[in-house]
Amino acid sequence: MTSALRGASRHRPTWIWCLGVAAFVVIWFAVYGQLAPFSEGAVGLFPLAKGSHAYEAVKFFLYDTPKVLMLLTLVVFGMGVIRSFFSPERTRALLAGRAEGVGNIAAAVLGIFTPFCSCSAVPLFVGFVSAGVPLGVTFSFLIAAPMINEVALGLLFALLGWKVALTYLAFGLGVAIVSGWIIGRLKLEGWLEDWVRNLRAGQADLPANRLTAVDRIKAGIEAVKEIVGKVWLWIIAGIAAGAFIHGYVPSELLVSIMGRDTWWSVPAAVLIGIPMYSNAAGIIPVVEALLGKGAALGTVLAFMMSVIALSVPEMVILRKVLTLKLIAVFVAVVASGILAVGFLFNFVFA
Amino acid sequence: MKTVKVLGPGCKRCEATVQMVRDEAARLGIDVNVEKVTDYAAIAGYGIASTPGIVIDGKVVHAGGLPKEEDLAVWLNA
Repeated sequence: MTSALRGASRHRPTWIWCLGVAAFVVIWFAVYGQLAPFSEGAVGLFPLAKGSHAYEAVKFFLYDTPKVLMLLTLVVFGMGVIRSFFSPERTRALLAGRAEGVGNIAAAVLGIFTPFCSCSAVPLFVGFVSAGVPLGVTFSFLIAAPMINEVALGLLFALLGWKVALTYLAFGLGVAIVSGWIIGRLKLEGWLEDWVRNLRAGQADLPANRLTAVDRIKAGIEAVKEIVGKVWLWIIAGIAAGAFIHGYVPSELLVSIMGRDTWWSVPAAVLIGIPMYSNAAGIIPVVEALLGKGAALGTVLAFMMSVIALSVPEMVILRKVLTLKLIAVFVAVVASGILAVGFLFNFVFA
Repeated sequence: MKTVKVLGPGCKRCEATVQMVRDEAARLGIDVNVEKVTDYAAIAGYGIASTPGIVIDGKVVHAGGLPKEEDLAVWLNA
């Protein structure tokens, strides 16, 4: 962007921005309504027999790809605007000195809305703990922030409906709250790396950032550029894998492995999920296809939570501040929580 | 001469912030000495919880995400 352009956009009036957002939303809904006929028509362009495996797989891919990308854009934009009202510093001020219990709940909920990137996980962890946020409360935040994000919720809503999305939200919060509370009760402050334990820092007195409505809209657009720009390839890969499962994998096979009656499938899903590293974008289209083939929802949700919430790269980053013992406790507690969610879910929704 | 410290473990945004500070200072004709602070303990010592952070002459003015250019100009002129 040239500086002249930049100067012009700085002074563009608020109403133009608001009008632009409104026009975008209207066009979005108009296009979205046409996706089903579009995929029907587009799949007809391929020389495939209707009802064949390849036909079903291609149709799944052609319908899901634009649908998911469009929904994701809308959700990420909305969340980007909402997140401009939050910051880690403000969240920390709300959590510092708060009692366990209430603190864990507040931390998990704030984890959804506070802007968080894994590259800043260590400064955040140290910043929280050194300013007097209890260790267990910090963990509740750290578990909820990556697991319950707008990409996961948006995609679940898009592909599996609001019931599954809300269930994921509720159980994800549950895991974050209870796991953090347990870690707090275990009194493991001594298992932090020494330099973290000994650090006592205050909270910086930042000048209030006065964001205008236009700044918040820009924050939403930035979020779309950054997040959708980063995850679109994952999504397409995930949908391609999902399309393959949808078209080719026989239901009987999946039901026997991931069905409700297979008791060991939940622990297996959690164990397989820990070393696997993907983001929500890549995993959810696969989840959709698995469910369509008769896999049990609890098993699939447990797998998804395990893949997203427990990742090896994140543990490597956290090793800078946590001793190995503490990381092991963290993994064990969260994995048990996810296991419980999987079993409970399969039991309740049987 | 102003001393500007950019706090951050060396992520892409931290580098971008360093460049923004240099560019804005050059545009305004302000003499600055830009330092990168990458040590986690040192970063936490400034009392921030998100990076990149900006400290100008010992005062924390920004934490988390890229700064706005308008704000940078205000901070550098202060």
